Order: sequence, then structure tokens, then C-alpha cells
Amino acid sequence: MRHLLSTKDLSRDDAILILDTAAQMAATQEREVRKLPTLRGKTVVNLFFEDSTRTRISFEAAAKRLSADVINFSAKGSSVSKGESLKDTALTLQAMGADAVVVRHWASGAAYQLAHGGWLHGSVLNAGDGTHQHPTQSLLDAFTIRKHLVTDPMGNDLAGLTVAIVGDVLHSRVARSNVHLLHTLGAKVVLVAPATLVPVGVEPWPCDVVHTLDEAIESYDIDALMMLRVQRERMTGGGFFPSPNEYTRLFGLDGDRLRRLPDHAIVMHPGPMNRGLEISAEAADSPRSVIVEQVANGVAVRMAALYLLLAGEEGAQ
Amino acid sequence: MSRPIVIENASLYGDITASLLIEDGVITKIADAIDAPDDAVVIDATGLVALPGLVDLHTHLREPGREDAETIETGSRAAARGGWTAVFAMANTNPVADTAGVVEQVWSRGREIGLVDVFPVGAVTVGLKGEHLSEMGAMADSKAKVRLFSDDGVCVYDPVIMRRALEYVKTFDGAVVQHAQDLRLTEGSQMHEGVVSAELGLAGWPAVAEESIVARDALLAEHVGSRVHVQHLSTAGSVEIIRWAKARGINVTAEATPHHLLLTDESARTYDPLFKVNPPLRTQADVDALRAAVADGTIDIIATDHAPHAAEDKDCEWAAASFGMLGLETALGVIQKALVDTGALTWRDVARLMSEAPARIGKVDDQHGRPLAEGEPANITLVDPTAAWTVDGAQLASRASNTPYGGIELPGRAVATLLRGVPTHLDPQLEGAFA
Repeated sequence: MRHLLSTKDLSRDDAILILDTAAQMAATQEREVRKLPTLRGKTVVNLFFEDSTRTRISFEAAAKRLSADVINFSAKGSSVSKGESLKDTALTLQAMGADAVVVRHWASGAAYQLAHGGWLHGSVLNAGDGTHQHPTQSLLDAFTIRKHLVTDPMGNDLAGLTVAIVGDVLHSRVARSNVHLLHTLGAKVVLVAPATLVPVGVEPWPCDVVHTLDEAIESYDIDALMMLRVQRERMTGGGFFPSPNEYTRLFGLDGDRLRRLPDHAIVMHPGPMNRGLEISAEAADSPRSVIVEQVANGVAVRMAALYLLLAGEEGAQ
Repeated sequence: MSRPIVIENASLYGDITASLLIEDGVITKIADAIDAPDDAVVIDATGLVALPGLVDLHTHLREPGREDAETIETGSRAAARGGWTAVFAMANTNPVADTAGVVEQVWSRGREIGLVDVFPVGAVTVGLKGEHLSEMGAMADSKAKVRLFSDDGVCVYDPVIMRRALEYVKTFDGAVVQHAQDLRLTEGSQMHEGVVSAELGLAGWPAVAEESIVARDALLAEHVGSRVHVQHLSTAGSVEIIRWAKARGINVTAEATPHHLLLTDESARTYDPLFKVNPPLRTQADVDALRAAVADGTIDIIATDHAPHAAEDKDCEWAAASFGMLGLETALGVIQKALVDTGALTWRDVARLMSEAPARIGKVDDQHGRPLAEGEPANITLVDPTAAWTVDGAQLASRASNTPYGGIELPGRAVATLLRGVPTHLDPQLEGAFA
């Protein structure tokens, strides 16, 4: 594996290797000294064209616990004012000798362009590009699901499980990443969203689509329910749905809907949550919520990804 | 005057082999064999196809305003090398070609360079803003004699403005040339809306945004009894609407571009903005429908929508990149590859689609798109259909290099272009004749 750009590129074996490696990484985090010497001397650049403190500190923690040198490079620029060009930034990082570039960008495809533009030689790790992909988020989701719902997680996939993803699929890189990855790992995926928030052209995706949360709860034995963040700005200008209240009524997870899920079902959210919009406080804080644990698993999964991309090239230690 | 030229053993329209004598810019004789006058230049055209000089109804020369991307001079050279003897320069320059002053400047700069006849297209509305009609009468009466009006780059969206424009151009037998795009349905759009855009996470440009405007404008043209030309048709649905409108007797003509006849939205998977164009590349089903419509005459012409862009406007994120691609030098090769070599078109059809019909629509058919016949102006393109070449953006005559065909082999190319008997382009293999 040279880059990690899209979950669509991952085979079942690739995905299981990452999850198993993440499990080993997680185990090391129970120790008193959590830092591993694995990536000593390697330079990891966190290149963020878009603000995301959570994702950045997760990658930073992962890289530091593997003893890599970390450089944070904030190159904020909106789609209107382009700011420093992707090409110039890449050439700069190449000149600095980056072994891996973790990139978050507002434009779909930016990670792919960095990896394939011929501008830099290091590994590119996509930390979210526009509305396209966010592979480490879906890997940490799969890791969390496997840990909770698969009896003997190591070496195994998610066959037999059903995962419902609820919310703004159209604009969600998390949904796109999860549909491919969870399918590759053998899970059944159900997208739950108003038709306005499902992309035209969704038909070939390996998943079902339903248009209310109640229908999803009635029609499927849901093992994991993943709530997506709803962006309030989607309600203005053209309006993808009529009002926050209507959204909450049809798609929000509250205590009542939570109780209608199977007993073992877990509740997930990539964060940050809009409490009271897509998820009620009761659901977010219930014992079945694994939302905080997702964050911890994120560090382990990102350690695994960095390790496999960077240590792999010299043979795993 | 210039020396006479004898073109020996050319295949006229790909049909009949004959030789042509050109004197003082006019074809003076066509015969099986011609005794060349002593001072004549003799071109051995064995194996070459002779077509009337090509006429591009849709070119962006970028001057004035974006001379870093193209100038009238570099664009004229690209046109000559592509086999074109006339190009219609779109109005979306800076300043916009919405006054007699700007169109006359573009027209006279084209004459000064002399490699191709440059016919300016005037803006329909002031500043392309879609709010007030520009002074079309003044542009029509200017030295540039503008007959086509377009806000190309943006759609004339307001139905009332479109209606008035269609009515107004009747005064001077002009036509409104429409870039059909519903602006509301395409806000922020990046590529064709469908399976590929869903996967790539790029905002979709739905086919219906083109089709609804094509239908509206056909009905408006019928209602006011005027003439509308629809640019760069890109969807199967638009083809159906044009077919219906023509059957109904509406005075509508339509064009397709080489890129919409060859490439699909699958190209966007590279996230390479060289494939970003407006309207976007569509699906294979759309390409197939466009090809069929070109072959059966529903689509009247092929035009390039040659759209040069400076490197920094393409060497960036897809969403930040400009729309458009070069087309003048590759059009003939692409059309040969997509339509002639596949048996859908003959070279005679190519003459109709790329010379005769565009000259007629542009109202320059007294000078261009004329038959290859005695007494006609010697605007001639010689095509070598066996001169395969691999496209390299850096080698093209345009100032910009944003071709989507880099590395692709095209089967043939123009090897000589004559504008009123003067060679404006000669392949190195033919240069010897003029020594």
C-alpha cells in the first residue's frame, strides 16, 4: 500500500490487515509508556486546507506515538479564494522531505491529485477530501463495529451485520467511505435519508436506500446505527429539507427509536454532534452509544495506517 | 499577384480524384490533369482529401483580456493548423464584445494577422449579465457585420430577454446562439450528474438543465418566428428535443463538439481538470446519441468550443479549475477517429458539418463553405487521413496547452490550409513545393 486515498481501493484482506494492525496498536496504548519507536526519523506532514481540529489532533497523536516527526501545515483557502495552490504546496513539502502527507481538503479529489500529480514522492493519506472520501473515519467505524459486535474480531470481517447510515449522504465523505468499506467487509449497508440528500446516481452503490428512520428500524435488524452530522446551512438556499423540526421527526435518533433497536445495537456518530437535531441527548449519552470510543479508536486506526504506509516499505518490523 | 498553385490528384470530398488550378485566390480549373503554368507551385496531393476550408462557429480567442491564455494571433495559427479558414470568436472577452468598438477591433486584428477570417460574435446582453440587450444593431452595421449573437459561457436565462433577443435579431437576419444551461439547476456544478459524480463527490450538472432550456428556446423561436442556434449539445435528451423541433418546422440549428462526441464523464475519475468542460462530458449513451444525430442530420454542425486556459487555471483542484479545453488543432483528427473511421460519416458529410452548414448559419456562405468548383474562392483544406499523430499540448500553436487528448493518437490531420489561395498552414512534407 503506497497511499490511502479511498476505501474503494481496499480489498477485504487490506481492510482486515489495517483493522488487525489497529487492534495491536490499541493494545500498546494500554501500556504505561505508549510511545513506539517504529517511525523514528520519519516526517509526517499534516496538511490541512480545511479546519478540522479533531481529525488533525488524532493524526498528530497517532504519528507522535509512533515516534514520527510531525509538521502541521495549515494552508487554509476557500474555493473562492484559492490561496496557495495545491501544486506549490506539494512541491514545498517534497522539498522538505515529507515521508507521508496527511491531507484534508475542501475539494473532492485533492488527495488523489496530490498522490498522482507527480509533485511529491511520499505517501498520501486522505484525511477527508470534499464530499468524496474519508477513509480513516470509516476504518475506525469498522474497527469499532467489529470490536463490539464480532465475537472473535482478529482476522475477521463484518459478515452478517447490518449497518444503517442516517442523514446527509449527498454531502458526506463519511457515508461514501463507509458504503464501500462495510460492503467489502461483508456487512449489509442501509442508507437512511430524505431523497434530497441522496445523490442522483446512487443506484450502483452496494447498499439499500430508505427514506425514514422508522422504516429502517422496522425493516432491518440493525446492528449499528451511524448518525451523520446535518449541516444547518443545507437548509438554506434551495432547502434540502423543510425545517430542522421535520428532519428531527423523520430522521432524528431519540430515546423512543433507540429502544426499538435490537438490544445489542450500538449508536455511532463521527462528530461533532448537533444534539437535538440528528441525535437527542438521551441517545448520545446512552450506554449503547460508542461515540467517545470512536475517537479513541481513531488514534489506533491512524497509527495502523501510518505504520503500514511508512514502515511497510522497509519491511514490517 | 501570388504564384498559381496546382493541387494534383486530390480526392475531392473523398470521392473523385482531380487536380485543381488556383489563380489569384480563385479555383480557376478542375480537371483530371492540369498542365502547371511555369511559375506554379505544384502540390502532390495523392492520397489527400480536399475539403472546403473549415468554418468553426464556436471559438474563444481570449483577446482582448486574457492574452496569457490565447491571442487572436496564436488562435489564428492554431486554427490554420487545424484546417480552419474561418472562426467565429465568442464575445466573453474582457471587455465583453457587446459594442461595435470591440467587435471591430477583433475583426480588424483578425484581418491584420490574415491566417484565418475572424468573425466576431456579439454579446446578446450588456456585459453578458443577462439583463439588458446589447446594441446588436450597431454591431450588425459595423465593419464586422455581426450576425450571430451569444452570451456563451453563460445562458441567456431570463425568458423575456431571450424572447426579445430572438425578435430583435430578425431586423438584420441574425440568430441568437444559445449556451443552454439552467443557471439555478447548475449552481456550483462540476461535472455530469450521474453515477460517476455520485461516487466522486463532485457536484452534478444534470442533463435536464440543458434540455429544459433547449426546449424553451425552440418554443420561443417558434412563437416569435425567429432563428435560434443551440451550442454544444451534450445530451441524448437534447437531441430528441431538436429532432422534435425540426420535425415541427421550427427554425433551430444545433452543434456538437468533438469532445462531446469522443469523451465521457468517466474521464473525471482522474480528477484531472483538463477534462472539466461546460457543458460537462456526459455518458456513453449520450455520446452514442450525439453521434447518431450528427450522422442523420439532426445536429447541423460540429464546432470546437476551443477554450484556452492559462496553466494555473487548470493545474489545480478540480473544483477550482476553469471550464474548457483546446479544440482547434485536434478537431479534424477527433472527428475522423470518432465518426469517419467508424463509418458513420463520409468526408462529404464532414464538409457539410464543418464547413458548409456553419458558413450558412453564420451568414458567411458567400465566402466560406463554398463548393470545390471552378470560379469559387480557394478556401481549401487538405487532409491526410493516414498521417497519424500523437497529441502533445506543448506542441500545439495555442498559447495555452489544455488539451484533453495529450498522449492520444489521432488518425489524421490537416496538412495544408489555403485561405483565398494563400497557404496559411503547410505540413513540413509539403513545404518543399513552395521552395
